[in-house]
Amino acid sequence: MSPAIGAALDRVDGRAKVTGAARYSGEISLPNLSHAVLVGARIPSGRIIGIDCREAMVADGVLAVLTHLDLDRVAATPKLFPSLAGLTAHGQSFFPMQDDVVHYAGQPVAIVLADTLERAEHAATLVQVTYAETPSVTLLDAGRDRAYEPEKIFGGLVPGRNPTRGDPEAALRDAELNLDLTYRFAVNHQNPLEPSTTTAAWDDNDRLTVYDSTQGPTATQLSVAELLGLPPINVRVVSHYVGGSFGAKALIWPHVTLAALAARRIGRPVRLALSRDQMFHSCGHREEQEQRIRIGAGRDGRLTALTHDKISLTSHFDDWAETSLESAAIAYASPTYAGGYRLVRGNIITPTFTRGPGEATGMFALESAMDELAYLTGIDPLELRLRNHADNDPDTGKPWSSKGLKECYQRGAELFGWSDRDPEPGTRRDGQWLIGTGMATAAYPVAAPISPQRARARMYGDGSAVVEAGISEFGTGALTAMTQVAADGLGLPVHRVRFVGGTTDLPNIAAAVGSAGSGATSSAVHLACVQLRDQLIRHAVADQGSPLHGADPDTVVVRDGRMCRRDSPEVGETYHELLDRNHMPDVEALGTWMPVLPMGSDHAMHTFGAQFAEVAVDADLGRIRVRRLVGVFAPGRVLNRKTAHSQLMGGMLWGLGQALLEATRMDPHTGRYANENLADYLVPVNADAPDVTIETIEVPDSVVNPLGVKGVGEIGIVGTSAAIANAVHHATGRRIRELPITLEHLL
Amino acid sequence: MKSYVEAASAVQTADTAVVRGPNSVVVRLSVNGTVRNMLIEPRVSLLDALRDRLDLTGAKKGCNQGACGACTVWVDKRRVLACLTLAITCETREVTTIEGLSDGVDLHPMQQAFVTQDAFQCGYCTPGQIMSAVAFLAEGHAADDAQIREWMSGNICRCAAYPNIRAAIRQVRDDAATENPDAAG
Repeated sequence: MSPAIGAALDRVDGRAKVTGAARYSGEISLPNLSHAVLVGARIPSGRIIGIDCREAMVADGVLAVLTHLDLDRVAATPKLFPSLAGLTAHGQSFFPMQDDVVHYAGQPVAIVLADTLERAEHAATLVQVTYAETPSVTLLDAGRDRAYEPEKIFGGLVPGRNPTRGDPEAALRDAELNLDLTYRFAVNHQNPLEPSTTTAAWDDNDRLTVYDSTQGPTATQLSVAELLGLPPINVRVVSHYVGGSFGAKALIWPHVTLAALAARRIGRPVRLALSRDQMFHSCGHREEQEQRIRIGAGRDGRLTALTHDKISLTSHFDDWAETSLESAAIAYASPTYAGGYRLVRGNIITPTFTRGPGEATGMFALESAMDELAYLTGIDPLELRLRNHADNDPDTGKPWSSKGLKECYQRGAELFGWSDRDPEPGTRRDGQWLIGTGMATAAYPVAAPISPQRARARMYGDGSAVVEAGISEFGTGALTAMTQVAADGLGLPVHRVRFVGGTTDLPNIAAAVGSAGSGATSSAVHLACVQLRDQLIRHAVADQGSPLHGADPDTVVVRDGRMCRRDSPEVGETYHELLDRNHMPDVEALGTWMPVLPMGSDHAMHTFGAQFAEVAVDADLGRIRVRRLVGVFAPGRVLNRKTAHSQLMGGMLWGLGQALLEATRMDPHTGRYANENLADYLVPVNADAPDVTIETIEVPDSVVNPLGVKGVGEIGIVGTSAAIANAVHHATGRRIRELPITLEHLL
Repeated sequence: MKSYVEAASAVQTADTAVVRGPNSVVVRLSVNGTVRNMLIEPRVSLLDALRDRLDLTGAKKGCNQGACGACTVWVDKRRVLACLTLAITCETREVTTIEGLSDGVDLHPMQQAFVTQDAFQCGYCTPGQIMSAVAFLAEGHAADDAQIREWMSGNICRCAAYPNIRAAIRQVRDDAATENPDAAG
């Protein structure tokens, strides 16, 4: 039996998704269901001085209108904490509708409940709110003079300054070549196609069931329970299918608990689906930011100094910045380094994870600067990167748990046809189109939860098995990949295994964030399955009725559901025969994986890859089309070639969006975003997406987790935007240091 | 399995202009070949009628303003955005949703091709993509990749499975041409 792990198995949830049978959180039918619509603040800063709900209250079908004057108080002040920790995971340290203060436009100020969605939506327009507005800061530039250096960012988990190596200022002074470059980044919104939706239903015993679009059912459970002042046993979360997330559903935002509070108030189940425009101010975003890179280098292209400083806009409540400096700090073997964050407080919701959180911007800056260094030195961009390859972690000196970057460069260059590139910008032409090519390095940390990760495996008497863990399926292919992991762990064909996730009734797994989901879940599933397998083998060798009686358990292997001696495979029996003879209806085992934390390891853990792009720029109009993308990545073990490549491809096309399309534009006069919709916030559509060539290089890794899985959710986006921007420079000779690059930049 | 042509030909004519509403009225919809009555206000969109009243949740709400295509269903011959269509205007027409595309046992070739080519990840845009893909293929707009890219650009896939969506459409197009060479092109 060939191993299931790695096979290009079709998605096990494919049929449900192509037939419309898959139910997402807003598609749960409950008796007596009512609909909630949020009313958001129209100002970014000030106080509510009056709310007139009279007209809304008497509109047809309205059940209640709740405001800060009558909404129940939450039992705790939420505290932002990344959901990877497996604890409460609030998106921001602020809960709305507890007083009359408005901190950001769109902050919920009222909830309208009605018997139908149309009636709730209409009544929401009838709520009259009067404000006393105060001055606001909604753009980085407006608060730049009040920037501060935070002690810590990222929920207190990341220091505001990275560890400094050597004396970068002295190295910059002494360097033969110097670059000092500043990059600007627009606000990005994740915009999963399913708007965040919560359906909340209470029973008579003060127990709550929440159907939620979430990357982590337990994160929702613990966060909602804390705000309601309930023990977690009173909150059950169900989340089978989630319509994408990309970070928008990684942390738990106020609307989830608002739905629960509203449902308790009216004594009916409540569905609260955010509208598309509300998605732009309800679950965070990639913040507006600026990054400055200074490089000192020799004429041979070797780095002698690197500094990387970021300034970004955060909320009034949290010192949040996406961690843009971490991968760039260790991407190359610069002997000196310094980097830090500065923040500006603004009237915005707390920013949050957006795919490739941090690295998508930080590596754009570094990889754009490296391309400039390549042109300054006359060294081929790929050769320049090889000269600066970090053989060990330049920060700690530790060896990598696995790397594979040089192989990625080499294979990517072959697939792309990099070697015959003429470096001179603006020399290739195809009719009206100027053609350019560019490349970049991709890097993303290997993260892991800090709590034990659990899964349960149960084999039935017929030898089929169900394996369970409390994950949600938001497009990663986890249900499919974990079926494969379980099949190999048990020695069963995949069709004899069913993997089930989607509720907090199941063994606990932290939210699948930071590309850590596949590593965490596969570890727990693998351990549960091999434990169950070993339990059955031990049972067989102790059973006088078994052909394996008396055998050394270590010499017994399982193939296709049959246990047998490795050296004489004809001696053995099936799981079914063992269980049937012993009248055992089922057998269970719990697998627990305690993750390795990076600081406690002798190794540095990071994922790497290489990105290549070809663009065409309209010589007259400045239009930019990406003609092809090639990405080669070394993500450890690949659990399912098909779904992993799809996820990497999606990440690369996200990089295309970041490079050329995606920007949420703040109107500082109103303090509101000007393009809160999918017609004006441009995401890649089919016509934008070229064919994408993906390869993975499987470098064994015995450190990161039992199966050596490093994850593929983020690494695909990292570096793509830089490869595209470098290709735009190659096509046009123009350096654009601002994302997205639009035709206005090139006219 | 109901073919696209069969679904499209099941058109009733005759509509009469009567003023109804604004309060709830009985609206009679023929969906996937079954006539369903519901008491709704005339302002209810076809999408909300399907999802909230008929419990046909295959058509998705991604933007509710015609920008994303996740709500794509067929009304008579045509692909429509169900979020921008009032249910009451569909009374004399045949509505087809993803739930009516196959007989519940065998998948429609386009559904199977989406699975085979991994043309989705989260699955939320998928019913709309498939309803668009089947229709535009029948309309003869899939001669080459450039056409596919253009004609499928009304359906956003945020997971960005676009190259695989094109592969699925090519697969169905090419399989159909192999089975029935006369109909090709």
